[in-house]
Parts: sequence; structure tokens; C-alpha cells
Amino acid sequence: MTWSQMEPLLTQGTIDTLYMVGWATFYAVLGGLPLGVLLVLTDKGGPLRNVVANRAIGVIVNVGRSLPFIILLVALIPFTRFVVGTAMGPTAAVVPLAIAAIPFFARLVETAIREVDHGLVEAAHAMGGGTWTVVGKVLLPQALPSLIAGLTTTVIALIGYSAMAGAVGGGGLGTLAYTYGYQRFEDEFMLVTVAVLLVIVTAVQLIGDGVVRLVTRRTRTG
Amino acid sequence: MITTTDLTKVYRSRGREVTALDGVSLHVEPGEMYGVIGRSGAGKSTLIRCVNLLERPDSGTVTVDGQDLTALPGPRHRAGRSLRQARTGIGMIFQHFNLLSSRTVRGNVELPLEILGLTRRERARKALELLDLVGLADQARAYPAQLSGGQKQRVGIARALAGDPKVLLSDEATSALDPETTRSVLQLLRDLNRQLGLTVLLITHEMDVVKAVCDSAALMEKGRIVEAGVVSELLATPGSRLAHELFPVAGAVPGGDRTVVDITFHGDSAGQPVISHLARTHEVDVSILGAAMETVGGRQVGRMRIELPGHPDTNAAALAYLRERGLTVELPAQTAPATGPAPLDRSPAPTEQGPTDELAPEGTR
Repeated sequence: MTWSQMEPLLTQGTIDTLYMVGWATFYAVLGGLPLGVLLVLTDKGGPLRNVVANRAIGVIVNVGRSLPFIILLVALIPFTRFVVGTAMGPTAAVVPLAIAAIPFFARLVETAIREVDHGLVEAAHAMGGGTWTVVGKVLLPQALPSLIAGLTTTVIALIGYSAMAGAVGGGGLGTLAYTYGYQRFEDEFMLVTVAVLLVIVTAVQLIGDGVVRLVTRRTRTG
Repeated sequence: MITTTDLTKVYRSRGREVTALDGVSLHVEPGEMYGVIGRSGAGKSTLIRCVNLLERPDSGTVTVDGQDLTALPGPRHRAGRSLRQARTGIGMIFQHFNLLSSRTVRGNVELPLEILGLTRRERARKALELLDLVGLADQARAYPAQLSGGQKQRVGIARALAGDPKVLLSDEATSALDPETTRSVLQLLRDLNRQLGLTVLLITHEMDVVKAVCDSAALMEKGRIVEAGVVSELLATPGSRLAHELFPVAGAVPGGDRTVVDITFHGDSAGQPVISHLARTHEVDVSILGAAMETVGGRQVGRMRIELPGHPDTNAAALAYLRERGLTVELPAQTAPATGPAPLDRSPAPTEQGPTDELAPEGTR
């Protein structure tokens, strides 16, 4: 396979991968951030302590996290078809990716928020702040570096998952590696695909680290 | 200004019960600096958290500025609107400052102003005004990580004053600071107390804090207040434990044919040369075993342990003279080493250490 043959495939594959990961990340934040916050708030000692709600969210998150992605992918096909109208293609792949990423990110959010010093929460309460003041003005801003680091981890996990989505016709670089590299024994194509994925993962990690540094720099150095 | 009646609080965890407050009644007058002192675990931290209901007492009431906070409705573990409103009028400062590292100094002071719903412009004006008050106007753009401990606590004080509170609660606010910084922060609190008529309730385990700034004090032990009152009056009270702990006089009490006397100076008597006068008029040799003198609330006060030769009965005239001069005179039990209750400080200041040798030369530190 020549480079001129590979190039359009790779370009489309990269676009599809970024499309899938991008939307899945969007939904991961949309769903995972509130779930993670609620996991902390509803826990015992939290301002919204509620054992039933806390357990329920915990179970949902754990189930979502323990299912192997490839199983989730297949199991969700009827649901995906219901939501998107088809189970094939990058748009369809966003559904299982988002559903896998939400609990993943939710746990990371929970951990990040638990790290915030409880004294700060107490101080906000002493000033007359309510629960949402505490969340919006104390917990989230103070946890921001950890949240961004968690988001970076989530995006990279999603890039890996998106390659699996290729196995069921999701499109993207995973599909290319599988159909051309694996099924047609095009070793070079496989190598190039892996190289592109490596570049994307490295870029995401570098950007993530850079942003974390940007938001921590002013607060840590003297 | 602050009244608590019969507060109780019991913590339960894994079947164990810890009584943090066991019927605490406290009264803080408006404009007063009131110190609650006790060892760690005495319940003082729980007490101060009950005043603004960060902890809800199991029973008893808390009244601040005429408002019964314990009567304000709150949905379960959250503070209701009326309690949150009341809290905006009660400032609080903390041992570990509790500043947001993600905000600048000015941003930290603006946080309570945001809660109060001030506009951006009003917030900026008020924050700078408050920072000016605590002497940190030039650090407005700095982040807490760039400040020293004393500066951080000043930011904490500015933040606590944002709601123009009548009451300031200080939870071990100087315990993480070195002695010199402690003094300057206490001085600031004292100035604010005087200038703004701010009522300050502070808890501490350091006797020096009470000595330096408090008008009144309470001693807390095992969830109870064992002694409370105006500091100058406590000093004049024979057998006062707070007086003993504020001015612990060391010096072993030897047995035998000697008279050991603990005298407390308070008010005017402190300025008079009582000891030398005693020696001259009664022709006795006075040995000073230990002494702790200090200026409390602008007045010289302190305690001194002296020794006179001969049995107490033979020294009746000398003791009568001391009482006549307005001093509080106590005869400590003649069992060495009787130094009163152990001081609360693990490391008493050197000025409080007197010579312990029976044959120690005269003289105070």
C-alpha cells in the first residue's frame, strides 16, 4: 500500500477518532462532573448526606466501570440504535464511549474533590455560604488542577476505547488498524496507524499537563 | 453579645461515645475579648463551632446579638437561609487560615462579599478597604502561597470582617504562628476590638494569649467550664485556678520552720515596693522563690512566691501587712513540689520559671 493510498484513509480515520473522542469527552464532563460531585455531597458527613442516593450512584458508577468496554459496546447496540438510529459509524460509537466515560470520569472527579481541605468548606459555611456556594466557589475551583488531570486521563482512555469501537464498525483509526492492518496483513499501515495514535495520545497528555501547570503555577510557587 | 446555655454535644462513633460539651454556659459581654482556654480534647473547639452552629449542639441554646441561632430552622444537616444570614454577621478565623489557594488575597476577601451579593465594584472597594485595615493593601494581588503565616492570618481576619460582623470567633488563630507573629496578630485583634467595638471570642491552649489580650477568660476541662470571669477579678480571687495557670509560680515549698507565701499583685499594689517595705518594717529576710509579673490589660499584675523565716504563726504580722496593701495572700500546701496545678503550656515561658533551690538568691527575673 502506498502512502498516497494510505493518506486519505488516515486523514478520515483521524477525523473520525477525534470526533468520537471529542463528543464522548463532552458527555463525560456533562454527566461525570455532577455525578462525582454528588458522590461527595451525598456521602456521610456531606451537606446532602443521603445513604440511599449515595449507594445508588456508587452502584451505577461501579457497574459502568467494571464492564469490559467491548462487552458494553455490544450490549448497548440496541440502545445506540434507539438513540442514533444506527449502530454503525462514528456517531453511533459516541453512545457507548460516552456511557463508559461518564462513570470513569465521575470517580476521578470524586477523588479530586475529596482532596480539597475540609477547612475551606467549613470557612465557606462560616461566611454564610450554602451548598452551591461551596461547590461553585470552593470545591470546583480548588480541585481544578486535579479535575483537569483527570480529564486528560479520561480523554486518553477514550482514545483507547475508540479503537475498540472500530471492531464493531465504529470507524476511526481503530477500524483502519483492524481492517487494513490486521485483517489484510498490511503491517506498514498498522505501524502508521499506531504512530498516529501515539502522536494524538502524546499531544493530549502534553496539553493536559500544560494546562494543569498553568492553573497551579500561580498558587504553588512563592 | 454571645450567650450559650447548657450546651451539650456527644460524638458517637463505632459504639464509643465522647462527650465534647457537658453543659456549657458562657456569657460574653459586648465589646469584650473573651478567651476560652483548655487542653486539646477539652471541648473548646466544639464550643466555638457551636456558636455559629458549624456544629449543632445536642441540647442547649446559643444566642448571638439577641438572636437565638439554635431556634433557626435548618433542613437537616444544611443551614437554612436564616442561619446562613445570621452567619454573615459572625466572623470566624481559623488555626490553619483556610484561605483558597486558587484565589488571590483580594479574591479571598471578596468571597464572603460574593455570598452577601455585592456588585463587582462594591466588592473590590470593600476588599481593598479591609486589606488596608489589616495592613496588607500592597499584597492584594498575591496568592496565599506567597504570604507568610502572619500575613495569611491577616487575610483571614480581613475576610472575617467582610460582613461587618459584631462578633469574631477565633479558633486557635495564633497556634500555628511563631511567638512574634502571634503578638502582632493579637495586637491587631485587640486594635479591632477597640476601634470597631468588635466582640471577640477566642479559644486557645496558650495562656500567653489570654494574658496578652483577654478581658475575661474561662477555663475548660472535659467538656465543662470549671472557672470563668473577668481576668483582673480572677487574679484577686484566692485559689483561682486560672490565676495559678496564668501566673504559675515555680519554686519548691520546703518543709521545716519557714513560711512560704504566694502573693498576687493586681491593680495599684503592683506599682508599690511592697517587698522591700515589708523587709524593712518587719525586719524579716525575704527570699523570692519565683515570680511571674506581666502587664495585663494595661495593668501590672502577677504572682510571686516568697519565703520568710519562721513558722507562719510567727509571721502573722507580716502576712497581715501584705493583705493590708491589697495583695491576695495564699499559703501553698507545705508539700514539695507544690507549684499549683500543672501549667497548660507544655513549654512555659522562661519568665515564669523561678529558682527552685531552697537557697536560691533573692531576685526576680
